Amino acid sequence: MAQGPPAWFGRLRQGLEKMRREFGGRLKDALAAGARLDAALLEDLEALLVQADAGIPATTDLLGELARRARESGARSAEAARAVMEEIIAERLAALAGELSEAARPPTVYLLVGVNGTGKTTSLAKLARRFRAQGRSVLLAAADTFRAAAAEQLVVWGERLGVPVIRQAPGADPAAVAFDAVRAALARGIDVVLVDTAGRLHTRSNLMDELAKLRRVVARELPGAPHEVLLVLDATTGLNAVQQARLFQQSVGVTGIILTKLDGTAKGGVLLAVAREVPGVPVKLIGVGEGPDDLQPFDPAAFARALFD
Amino acid sequence: MFEYLASRLEAVIRRLRGRGKLTEADVDTALREVRLALLEADVNYRVVKDFVARLRERAVGDEVLHSLTPGQQVVKIVHEELSRLLGEAPARLAMAPAPPTVVMLVGLQGSGKTTTAGKLAWWLKGQGRQPLLVALDVRRPAAMEQLSVVARQAGAAAYVRPEGRDPVALARDGVAEARAGGRDVVVLDTAGRLHVDDELMAELVRVKQAVRPHEVLLVLDAMTGQDAVALAEGFAGRVGIDGVILTKLDGDARGGAALSVRAVTGVPIKFAGVGERLEALEPFHPDRMASRILGMGDVLSLIEKAQAAADAEQIRAMEERLRTARFTLEDFLDQLRQVRKLGPLEQVLGMLPGGGPLKQVQGMALDPKALDRVEAIINSMTPQERRNPDLIDGSRRRRIARGSGTQVQDVNRLLRQYQELRQLLKRLSALEAGGRRGRLRLPFP
Repeated sequence: MAQGPPAWFGRLRQGLEKMRREFGGRLKDALAAGARLDAALLEDLEALLVQADAGIPATTDLLGELARRARESGARSAEAARAVMEEIIAERLAALAGELSEAARPPTVYLLVGVNGTGKTTSLAKLARRFRAQGRSVLLAAADTFRAAAAEQLVVWGERLGVPVIRQAPGADPAAVAFDAVRAALARGIDVVLVDTAGRLHTRSNLMDELAKLRRVVARELPGAPHEVLLVLDATTGLNAVQQARLFQQSVGVTGIILTKLDGTAKGGVLLAVAREVPGVPVKLIGVGEGPDDLQPFDPAAFARALFD
Repeated sequence: MFEYLASRLEAVIRRLRGRGKLTEADVDTALREVRLALLEADVNYRVVKDFVARLRERAVGDEVLHSLTPGQQVVKIVHEELSRLLGEAPARLAMAPAPPTVVMLVGLQGSGKTTTAGKLAWWLKGQGRQPLLVALDVRRPAAMEQLSVVARQAGAAAYVRPEGRDPVALARDGVAEARAGGRDVVVLDTAGRLHVDDELMAELVRVKQAVRPHEVLLVLDAMTGQDAVALAEGFAGRVGIDGVILTKLDGDARGGAALSVRAVTGVPIKFAGVGERLEALEPFHPDRMASRILGMGDVLSLIEKAQAAADAEQIRAMEERLRTARFTLEDFLDQLRQVRKLGPLEQVLGMLPGGGPLKQVQGMALDPKALDRVEAIINSMTPQERRNPDLIDGSRRRRIARGSGTQVQDVNRLLRQYQELRQLLKRLSALEAGGRRGRLRLPFP
């Protein structure tokens, strides 16, 4: 399992291949040499941004900023506009940079939350594998006691990765599972606890309350925990991602985003909308493939560069 | 679902309606607003472009500008085009002349195929069918276990062979098992996959060739963004699809993906998943949906739902009240209790027309605790007060608040909500005047 910047950068580039072609590639066409920064070009740019799920407000924002800077610098050529656009997008994405934080003293507890089907359990397995590869001990908590066979799914991962799994019967209180897991981690001297929660739509206030309770229980049992509340967002999701970020942020205090499924044709431009509407929630990891090592750190500069390469 | 689009379009429509004269500039403004509303609702950029171009072509024609009621003509055009975009007639599940009918569910990871398989089994059982669920997901850990659990919950049979590794063989054996066991519908639950994954798409094609399903249904997350078009084209182009099941419509999805997918593939949306419970799968009625998006409500769906939950007597009484708009606080309480039986409140309230006035009622009714408070308040009224709420003056309000352990503001709010609902029912009864089972008509020629 190769680690280190060159390897992951290559993988990121590879995973973002589609995105680059669809989003950046077409942006490049729109801004090809010789073209002028005029109404038609702006419309093409608008089409590209909207089709990347950036949404109208962020798109308008970006185009307005482009026009402003172009006026200031006197740049009129499409080429110059391209450079400026890249710069603006990189700046916006830079506001999202962030790394996973860890406890000063183990165990570090991470909570994975999100709507149904975004890839929480899969991301959790990838994270577990990563920590194991770093030689750290990991414990999985199957706090999704709602979806049929969710705990079994985690148990299979536990067996594959050689990692213990804390679970209870279906329908049990998820907070109780998390409580047990933290207790077990303290008793066994575990380094990292990964808590898998049930997918829930952000509009279901009772389910969001349940999550808030789980968080409180973990915090009470281990001061400082959870060290990350990671919202798993599906890159295929449209502008609803903004609302998901907003409501999960409000109810459980999201500390970071994992953006999954970037290996399809989804363009991930929704991050621009999220950055604008829900500031202060960094992107910590991106999922760029189905392989166990395809969960990568989010590097905004590389992300922006990959868009424009 | 589609609330966002509904409220945005309603605003556009409100401005247009009742206008004596429209200039081309008015139409332009309205179309620009429609365009933004659709884009913000996640409808695909290309689809929006076509849609607005079609609207413009019709809206600046003679039919509108020379009409006596141009505003209403534009609304009518929007409604017609929206219905066309959604597909007009409801599409049924195609049943094979000789059983078993084979239904194959395909889609991206996490779109909700396995959950939908369980819901579909439940729905099929309600139609008097004997479904067999067949697990073909050999990839995701415990996916097969999940299918057997949902099958058990739905009271349906399952063909699950965790040791199986080849989806094609599993599908063939599953269908054979259904035939041998006298099951009339087979639901194949395939593994989630990306539309750009050549190898896995080829596997779907092989499964399809092996069992020749009567329906290949794309399971699509309603929250999907612009990418909906690429993924639908991917599945439609490579495997071929006969319909779509929309999932997770119970959130605040703006539903644009539904419009986009229908527009680019031409296949109908057949079902919509509207909640976590097994029974939360509904046949999709595009014609009603267009009305709902334009704020006309979905009275027909509501009545059908009510018929399933309440007895005929209650239905007649309810319809009577709807028609006469004689609606007391007792009826209000009764309705709230009925509504609890119908399922999640937001779902039922979403079917009522008039996004605007209903917002407050929704806020009140979404929270089951608030509902208890409403019951307490109404129970603290005298029978006379319940039948004739106009009696309730300041001192009565204070008494009712004390009696129900609430604040006077709560009582005021409830009375206001009741008045709003009564207004709404008046509008509704006007709509219904065309005939009890008649199609819901727009209130203009």
